[in-house]
Amino acid sequence: MFARAILLPVALLLFALQAHAGPRIQTWETSNGAKVMFVEAPAIPMLDIRLVFNAGSARDGSLPGLALMTNMLLNDGAGDLSADQLAEGFESLGAQFGTSSLRDMAIVTLRTLSDDEVQRQGLALLQQVLTSPTFASDEIERRRLQMRVALEKQKESPSATAKINFFRMLYGDHPYAHDPGGNEQSIEDMTREDIVDFFKRYYVASNTVIALVGAIDRKRAEEIAEELTRDMPAGEKAPSLPKVALLEKGEELAVNFPSSQTHIYMGQPVMARGDEDFFPLYVGNHMLGGSGLVSMLSEQVRENRGLAYSVYSYFSQMQNKGPFVFNAQTRTDRAHETLAVIRQTLEGFMKEGPDEDRLTAARKNITGSFPLQTSSNANIVEYIAMMGFYDYPLDYLDTFIDKVNAVTAEDIRDAFRRRVNPDAFLVVTVGKKDT
Amino acid sequence: MIRKALWFALLLLAAGSTAASDVHEFMLDNGMKVLVKEDHRAPIAVSQVWYKVGASYEPRGLTGVSHVLEHMMFKGTKNLGPNEFSQIIAENGGKENAFTGRDYTAYFQTLASDRLQVAFELEADRMENLLLDEKEFQKERQVVIEERRMRTDDKPTALTYEQFNATAYRVLPYRNPVIGWRSDLENLELEDLSEWYSRFYAPNNALLVVVGDVDPDEIHAMARETFGKVKRREVYNIKPATEPEQRGLTRLQVKAPARKPYLIMGYKTPTITSAEVEWEPYALEIAAAVLDGGDSARLSRFLIRGNRIAASAGAWYDSTSRLSGMMVFNGTPNEGKNVRDLEKALLSEIEKLKNEPIAAKELKRIITQTVASKVYELDSVYYQAMQIGLLETVGLDWQLADTIVDKLKAVTPEQVQAVAKKYFVPDNLTVAVLEPQSMGQDETTALTGNGGDADVR
Repeated sequence: MFARAILLPVALLLFALQAHAGPRIQTWETSNGAKVMFVEAPAIPMLDIRLVFNAGSARDGSLPGLALMTNMLLNDGAGDLSADQLAEGFESLGAQFGTSSLRDMAIVTLRTLSDDEVQRQGLALLQQVLTSPTFASDEIERRRLQMRVALEKQKESPSATAKINFFRMLYGDHPYAHDPGGNEQSIEDMTREDIVDFFKRYYVASNTVIALVGAIDRKRAEEIAEELTRDMPAGEKAPSLPKVALLEKGEELAVNFPSSQTHIYMGQPVMARGDEDFFPLYVGNHMLGGSGLVSMLSEQVRENRGLAYSVYSYFSQMQNKGPFVFNAQTRTDRAHETLAVIRQTLEGFMKEGPDEDRLTAARKNITGSFPLQTSSNANIVEYIAMMGFYDYPLDYLDTFIDKVNAVTAEDIRDAFRRRVNPDAFLVVTVGKKDT
Repeated sequence: MIRKALWFALLLLAAGSTAASDVHEFMLDNGMKVLVKEDHRAPIAVSQVWYKVGASYEPRGLTGVSHVLEHMMFKGTKNLGPNEFSQIIAENGGKENAFTGRDYTAYFQTLASDRLQVAFELEADRMENLLLDEKEFQKERQVVIEERRMRTDDKPTALTYEQFNATAYRVLPYRNPVIGWRSDLENLELEDLSEWYSRFYAPNNALLVVVGDVDPDEIHAMARETFGKVKRREVYNIKPATEPEQRGLTRLQVKAPARKPYLIMGYKTPTITSAEVEWEPYALEIAAAVLDGGDSARLSRFLIRGNRIAASAGAWYDSTSRLSGMMVFNGTPNEGKNVRDLEKALLSEIEKLKNEPIAAKELKRIITQTVASKVYELDSVYYQAMQIGLLETVGLDWQLADTIVDKLKAVTPEQVQAVAKKYFVPDNLTVAVLEPQSMGQDETTALTGNGGDADVR
């Protein structure tokens, strides 16, 4: 089809090899125990750094929102620099600094040009953020206000309300239960000391993964990782989280809400990272609700019935068992029907097992689109940070396609039957209550 | 959720990139333009087909027709059944979607670069062979109405923005939402869609953009073999639209179930296509960046951190829309503050722009950020293609992106002051306020589930 294939077979072969191999990942530890993941990407004169700490909301303890508060305050001053000076420092270099905090992870990112001087100055600022954040009292007060406003904004959103209630009911006493944004009381209660203690405990080298992707060589990557962690105490890894209890029977929660749609969240805890049933469950869900408009759920709910704009399912994998989630939203008078169609689609899939043609199509989609997953530095840095954080084997990307191709219809049916229990789903609906 | 999404205005400042020599331009015999950019980092490519039609082309009564037609483009042709387009792309390892904006409708696929032929064949097919089926249309109308509920009706800030545009623009079609008014969606008929399709879906009204691991001449040849076979058609000529001068401050309230008030303010401004003075849009871009070009810009520094009046605040301006536009400010007041405090604080920042020249340091920061963001954009083949398509479909040359740094560098502090004085005046302003209404009795208990109206069954 391409003239190049005929004219330049050598070039094509090189591309083919490169495509199959995926990005070449290197890993090592800094002298005080931070894990480094590195991919050299010389094509664009830029550098992406992503630091991931085992310091998400699962570590909040008795103060929900503490992890997020600590993480946000990393924007608000370090060393002798105020929040204004810090922001100006990064932005006057054209660098982009960011923070975010999830249930498992707290994240700090920097994107900068790889030009020596710009890079050096940006890293010096980042180093200060990581080792001497100010946690100034008035910045804490400002963030308190901001977190309260964020709670209010969540309350006016039916989808946020559904999600928060879903996790709360699903996880009960487990630290995954509460929302990373905290609650009114905990936001009020947390003190500067709580924040400083949290930082000292969790933002330590042995609890850190540093992912680097960009136009630097291995030697420079080593220097950068050392510099960033030089003044960081070695500390200790965060302990394991408590075990997640599985639901024994189905539960339903209906929240009255003045919206024109009813938002549906259905699910149960199923898989942690590294689960040995991952591939059959992943490929099976791809067919069921993980492949957008061509998934079985989308065909049944959207294409055939016009019930919803968006319907999907996914296995969320975390340090401990994350939920298998079904999500859709539809006009309130069709919510029961939509939920019934979702359930029937899942139950039919589990009973009959996957259709062979559909399985072939799913394999082709997953393996054919795999190169897209690592086609940009932004994708790669996120991937390798995740791999480092969850201790994935280094050949994970290289073996992914073979493992997907090895999944059979029987593997999928077997894994779904063992791991998914349709009688023990939590169903949260948020919308106008029917009378 | 991002499938067939609506795209709203993107800032030109956030755009940039592509050295002129990198983009290869071809014209097919039927009038379809082809723009190709090489990026050999990974064996993939993005292919985008852009049509010069969108919500701003829609007459009264037909709002939302461009977006509904975009949905129907996946529902089958003379050669394909409903949804088969998506199935074929999926089997070929592709990711695909489409989006409708005010000034364009675009379809894209990202896939291994050796599969581009498949995408070209499918896109060329639906450019002339679309089948519009009544039953499929009835279902898809419902899907779009659900999309409207999700994006707008149940989101108080989105609802406020919709009402704001409908009030601020007296004449320009930007007063209508891209997704369409509810009653127009309900009254839309299949014939409206086929009329829209025949008016605008012609190769001479379309643009193909390909970025990725490709050879431009091969893409040209492949495009000739596929898109090149589609017949040129006469394209409907829409009438020009200009916004009459606003003659006085306009205020509106939007009441909706919500927990926090919200403020939107907009001043009518020219864009690159409508400006009588060439440098003004660039001076306005600088003004927007002075206020909201990052965490060190003035709104963050003074309103979010400094006096803490705002929990969030923003300013945006799109110099590249097809018709003239607005500089828009928005924000949520902090706890203990109200929208009046926030409005006052925003106005005082606007006054500062008029009365004091911006600092050399600010100007330097903005240029540095723009230059750096041009480098960062090279990391995304999708974004590189987007930028070319966005400019071309509003009648601007894609090469404009190459000159943006020079245009911004040429802006003086006096010019920023001049545009602020000229356009940021009360008679030219529209202010919308979201007035939260009660959400019902369980509003505080719903989240914690401790009683109230939440039921465990």
